[in-house]
Amino acid sequence: MGAVADKPLVDVRADFPVLAREFAGRRVAYLDSAATSQRPEQVIAAMDRFQRESYAPIHRGVYELARESTQAFESARTRIAEFVGWEPAGSIFTRNATEAINLVAYSWGRAHVGQGDELLITEMEHHSNIVPWQILCEETGAKLRYLTLTDSAELSLDELDSLLAGGRVKLVAVAHVSNVLGTINPVAEIARRARAAGAVTLVDGAQAVPQMPVDLREIDADFYAWTGHKALGPTIGLLHGRRELLESMRPFLGGGHMISRVERERSTWNELPYKFEAGTSAATEAVGLGAAVEYLDAIGMGRIRAHERELTAYALERLPEVEGIHLYGPSDLDRRGGVVAFAIDGIHPHDIAELCDREAVCVRAGHHCAQPLMRCLGVGATARASFHVYNSRDEVDRLVDALGRAREVFEL
Amino acid sequence: MDALYRDYILEHYKNPRNFGELEPHDLQWHDHNPLCGDELGVHILVEDGRVKDLRFHGQGCAISQAAASISSEELIGMPIGEIRDLGAEWVIDQLGIEISPTRRKCALLSLKVMRGATTGDASWPE
Repeated sequence: MGAVADKPLVDVRADFPVLAREFAGRRVAYLDSAATSQRPEQVIAAMDRFQRESYAPIHRGVYELARESTQAFESARTRIAEFVGWEPAGSIFTRNATEAINLVAYSWGRAHVGQGDELLITEMEHHSNIVPWQILCEETGAKLRYLTLTDSAELSLDELDSLLAGGRVKLVAVAHVSNVLGTINPVAEIARRARAAGAVTLVDGAQAVPQMPVDLREIDADFYAWTGHKALGPTIGLLHGRRELLESMRPFLGGGHMISRVERERSTWNELPYKFEAGTSAATEAVGLGAAVEYLDAIGMGRIRAHERELTAYALERLPEVEGIHLYGPSDLDRRGGVVAFAIDGIHPHDIAELCDREAVCVRAGHHCAQPLMRCLGVGATARASFHVYNSRDEVDRLVDALGRAREVFEL
Repeated sequence: MDALYRDYILEHYKNPRNFGELEPHDLQWHDHNPLCGDELGVHILVEDGRVKDLRFHGQGCAISQAAASISSEELIGMPIGEIRDLGAEWVIDQLGIEISPTRRKCALLSLKVMRGATTGDASWPE
């Protein structure tokens, strides 16, 4: 392990212990980072060190060890908030991005959404940014509406304007980057237009924060959710929110730590962000994510985005060599992240993934938790390759070879 | 030859037996595999307490489609009351290949819809 800042990216791979695994004599080609990313030695070591040296209850004990663990937890929060350009008090730790979105649907939604209101999401959302809003609509009588996909697999700001013009939209919830199409949505512009129409915006950044520079001040959405386990860290989520909104909201979960004072009949709430962090926090995971953003920053998010863009370009250039292949998502690389969903005539995606596995190439197959999007694309499932900093062009080559061999097995 | 994608598996996948719709029918069921979103339905015609005819319909991987196709030939003529007693091993034996845990539901989907149609039981076969 040296300073990653100066390493050529090809050497970064050695930081990830899992990537040394071999299956059937071949080094694993991990092309499933959009599902979950691998963790570098630096993250594993930080979590290990915290548990061996500094673990104790955070925000509780008066003894030195507890002070040390609290300090590690809170500096991780500060470091993570800084990484995306937000204030620590408005940065709440959750279990994952799903819980962050549910927190908003529950605490903000139940207070502000009612009969006749509209919630606007998009056809490219992950189930985690669909189902919480469906539940909210069922409970409140609000209506769920969808921004449709354009022919280039993007969103139309004109359509957004016309839906906002109806005057009933209370919330716009949109993915920053699609986990299937890779589409990078103009979330700053969407948030600006929504706010002008009196709607609150939630951005699902689960696929964006891991692979490109994200500055939340620039985006200026009301809520922004993401998760550590796709950003080289462990499973812990973040909800960043505008302070005045978070302060006006009721708590999500009740319990220890989120209170200021508990009487027999009622309680008062702790200050931000603790009001939304009931119970014992996942301190080890927070410390691990702190180390992950440190690692990402040392490489440079601009450099990571450039690397993923190059790999995506290479994949989009080579994959059409496979006969019968269909590729999904925008062709404009400026508006596309490091994910390529595809299908091959005559081979179901599950069988594609199974046959890629014979070559130790890990790709995802299925609906990618985006069933409404699958219906828009007119398929039940797709295969998907997704990239991170540790992937290389030769792994794209191995994918293309594996797909060729899959066609041979299927006698196509 | 490939251990999983054997000739007859691929042959059934490409030319599935007893696929399509059956009108009229006496029993029907539609279900999906929540892991991958694959869908499979069945129409069954009953005569004298037995499966007189059936058709599967839907989309899925080679394993799920071949399982439906191969077992359809055994299911036609079978007493309706016997279908509820068919277990996971019955359909896996029909396939004649080793099924890994990740592909188990693919193999079992057609039996699941058959049991749903004949008993109303929507649980996965064990």
